Amino acid sequence: MFNSGDTAWVLISAALVLFMTPGLAFFYGGMVRARHVLGMLMQNIFAMGIISVLWSAIGYSLAFGGNNSIIGDASHLFLSGLTDDGSIPTMAFVAFQMMFAVITPALITGATADRLRFGSYALFIAIWSVVVYAPVARWVWNADGWIYTMGSLDFAGGAAIHINAGVAALAVVMVIGPRKGHGVEPMPPHNLPFTVLGTGILWFGWIGFNAGSALAANGIAAQAVVNTHLAAAAGMLTWLLIERVKTGHATTLGAASGAVAGLVAVTPCAGFIGDASPLIIGAIAGALCYLSLGLKGRLKVDDSLDVIAVHLVGGLVGTVLLGFFADTSVNADGFDGMFFGGGGELLKDQIVAAVAVMAFSFTVTWLIAQAIQRTIGLRVSEGDELTGLDQSVHAESAYQA
Amino acid sequence: MPSLPIRHDVKMKIVTAVVKPFRLDDVKQALKDAGVTGMTVTEVRGFGRQGGHTETYRGAEYKIDFVPKVRVEIVTDDADADRVVDAIVAAAATGKIGDGKVWVTPVERLVRIRTGDEGTSAV
Repeated sequence: MFNSGDTAWVLISAALVLFMTPGLAFFYGGMVRARHVLGMLMQNIFAMGIISVLWSAIGYSLAFGGNNSIIGDASHLFLSGLTDDGSIPTMAFVAFQMMFAVITPALITGATADRLRFGSYALFIAIWSVVVYAPVARWVWNADGWIYTMGSLDFAGGAAIHINAGVAALAVVMVIGPRKGHGVEPMPPHNLPFTVLGTGILWFGWIGFNAGSALAANGIAAQAVVNTHLAAAAGMLTWLLIERVKTGHATTLGAASGAVAGLVAVTPCAGFIGDASPLIIGAIAGALCYLSLGLKGRLKVDDSLDVIAVHLVGGLVGTVLLGFFADTSVNADGFDGMFFGGGGELLKDQIVAAVAVMAFSFTVTWLIAQAIQRTIGLRVSEGDELTGLDQSVHAESAYQA
Repeated sequence: MPSLPIRHDVKMKIVTAVVKPFRLDDVKQALKDAGVTGMTVTEVRGFGRQGGHTETYRGAEYKIDFVPKVRVEIVTDDADADRVVDAIVAAAATGKIGDGKVWVTPVERLVRIRTGDEGTSAV
């Protein structure tokens, strides 16, 4: 017998998470230059098309079918053969998970901004979703997945989504190289109001992303709502504080980035922590993500919109800190972290999970990107890049003069 | 050689001003007060002695060379040109670097499209 409250909350959460992808489109779209904004919006909303189809056809089955610890099977191709055994219909879980599958590869587009061929991008995220995302989701969230059974915790996707997409972004930009003129000409955001709007949509949707992961309308979901919101708030404050001290100005882009950093970091923790923990985790994320902005320079890559600093570092911050802050008095299905009497076992499992996802995702993503680069090519021509993706790839203009 | 179909007897000037965008309303009002009946305004970008300015995005400083300005163009009778220039200068000045410039250029011919009127009567 289904619980109607649980079912309603998960279905609403699916809609909230869906809304995050267009939110991400505007978050990123505002940061690129005006002649590439449609290219960015298109890459994001296109993920809603292609990944949804692939997820229903094969992705869900590979992530959640069968009993293997590494990979699923073909038992639920095209969402066939689903059975119900919980308080919500399995189809509600499918819908909710589908929206996660959609947004994860879309996160990568921030790193590769302004220079991907559209067809090659489509091929890349299609392969990536099946070959990288589905197995990692399996490891982390399926009851038989090896990271899950090891005892690592990932409430809503610190490792499965943010570390995964963040390190994949690094691999792709290492293959494709920097934007033309990177480091020579300034490439300031063309429309920060879009970015602030996108941040609001992301923040709003993240309530469903994290609290929906309780898969029930219960106290853990309520705790996750509050944790999510507080981490975003604290992340914004520390980012702005450091920025104000270091550059003399508190910026709207800083407020947006700090909030997202806090949201990323609290994602794995949302249903496992309480009290002041979300404030501490969010604050640390805001600070560490800001201080990681220079990382791309040291790695000599053009991570155009700082996917590494925000998603990879933010995901690592949350995944590792959960090893300290997890509290079974909040969620008895979790484990206690070091600060709550749990010893170092959970911290070790968190680090193993993070390292495993990084190693797998980086390696396989790099291979996919190389394969596409060396066959049909991943980048547009130099002329098309200078013209802008909007005109050269999509034959449109965002702004009629 | 055929004679040019242009009337060289008209005495008109075009006054062009590049000013700070936020001074535009004051400049417009000053020109109306000075009896100017029309103008053309364009959003432009550029730099002079002010140079550009610095913007900070995610901790990285960007030197922005071209700053937004507004270009105002007024066609006027010779006799009124100085008054128009003075009105613009008074209204656009903030005393800070980057206030812009005003210049005056001769006009060879002027036609009002609707009526075909030429010269100062078309101003």
